[in-house]
Amino acid sequence: MAMKVYGLPMSTNVARVLVCLEEAGAQYEVVPIDFSTAEHKSPEHTSRNPFGQVPALQDGDLILFESRAISKYVLRKYSSELVKEHSISDSAKVDVWLEVESRHFNEPMSVVIYQCLILPVYFGGQTDVKVVEEKLEKLKKTFEVYEERLSRSKYLAGDFLSLADLSHFPTAYYLLATPHAAVLDEFPLVKAWISDMLARPTVKKVIDMMKATA
Amino acid sequence: MAPMKVYGWLVSPWMAKVLLCLEEAGVDYQVVPLSLSDGDHRRPEHLARNPFGQIPVLEDGDLTLYQSHAIARYILGKHKPELLGLGEGGGVEESAMVDMWLEVEPHQYEAAMKPIVWHCIVHQHVGLDRDQAVVDECVRKLKRVLEVYEARLSSAAGSGSPGPSRYIAGGGRVSLADLSHLPLMHYFAATEYAGVLDAYPRVRAWWEALRARPSVKKVMAAMPTDFGFGSGSSP
Repeated sequence: MAMKVYGLPMSTNVARVLVCLEEAGAQYEVVPIDFSTAEHKSPEHTSRNPFGQVPALQDGDLILFESRAISKYVLRKYSSELVKEHSISDSAKVDVWLEVESRHFNEPMSVVIYQCLILPVYFGGQTDVKVVEEKLEKLKKTFEVYEERLSRSKYLAGDFLSLADLSHFPTAYYLLATPHAAVLDEFPLVKAWISDMLARPTVKKVIDMMKATA
Repeated sequence: MAPMKVYGWLVSPWMAKVLLCLEEAGVDYQVVPLSLSDGDHRRPEHLARNPFGQIPVLEDGDLTLYQSHAIARYILGKHKPELLGLGEGGGVEESAMVDMWLEVEPHQYEAAMKPIVWHCIVHQHVGLDRDQAVVDECVRKLKRVLEVYEARLSSAAGSGSPGPSRYIAGGGRVSLADLSHLPLMHYFAATEYAGVLDAYPRVRAWWEALRARPSVKKVMAAMPTDFGFGSGSSP
């Protein structure tokens, strides 16, 4: 039976799960959740994700939420090399950089994306320039660390592509759509690492889904 | 085999998560105390361990790890996989439930609880104002989060188990997902908002049961609830 992913691909957290399903070669179906009608707060959806967020995943009787937990589940179930289960030190490095992605990259980026892309377009609001500048400074510090890391290994966790790298792609894709894409020009290795990821067939397929539902 | 080394300050909730794992796993370890006020975490020798200049950091032989949850998973994966929902009796599904609540902890619980603790306990000692509007908003958010936890702890533990779940990941046994909530709760329970827990009896019972574990008593004993500022032993 195909797994079900609840949410829209344009959501970075949903896209993260979709690329893992593609990489795993799993059968799946996307079930849209309509935020404009508050479907995410409906009893039906909160029975899947009690915090009323997306994505949620249903695999038979198992229901999961939190995109990074879902991603690891899918990749482990299909014995993907992206999580390095059989090497305790490699899987630890994947875990480190997945945590870094969440705390040091996604945190400032989600504010920049909200202020620059979501607030003006969906809510007719004004971008808070000061908040964006503050988050961009934090992002630059993160990119300094990434640039140094990528000068010593091909990918973040080591010389192997992992979930830690791919977890960045949805947010990185949206960064390129903001007026601040040029922040990457100071970090050539980071810029090349992002370009390579966005050219990956599984990633391109999910980007097409993100565009179709935007 | 040389003991693992953990760099940081004992009052840090993220340091405490790692120490709890080491205690539960029963492995030898050595704490290398760093000083926050002296800026040890920003010195080149520490940045060489963690380029983000944060603690805790773990050294195990040639391997250096940072980010408390990554360190915790490594220690337990190596020495006590049951606490990750793996090992004997565990598997992909149980470990996914542990992973899920380990993500909820920073995204929902810490996001609401940490600012309350910082504004109510820490700020006065580090020259920052307490912003009551932030505290009020976080208390509102925390109540919604605790409602979810109360419901979670009231529902069935898992297949074959009739009673409510004593543990957050629902596998019928304690996991890192439970332990990761404890250090911040230790401080929250010392703020004037501790009474918020009264409306969530299963959450309170979960906290009381977990804090009775020997590992938790040992680690919390080194964490004065004023972060050491009262006794002049702040980090």
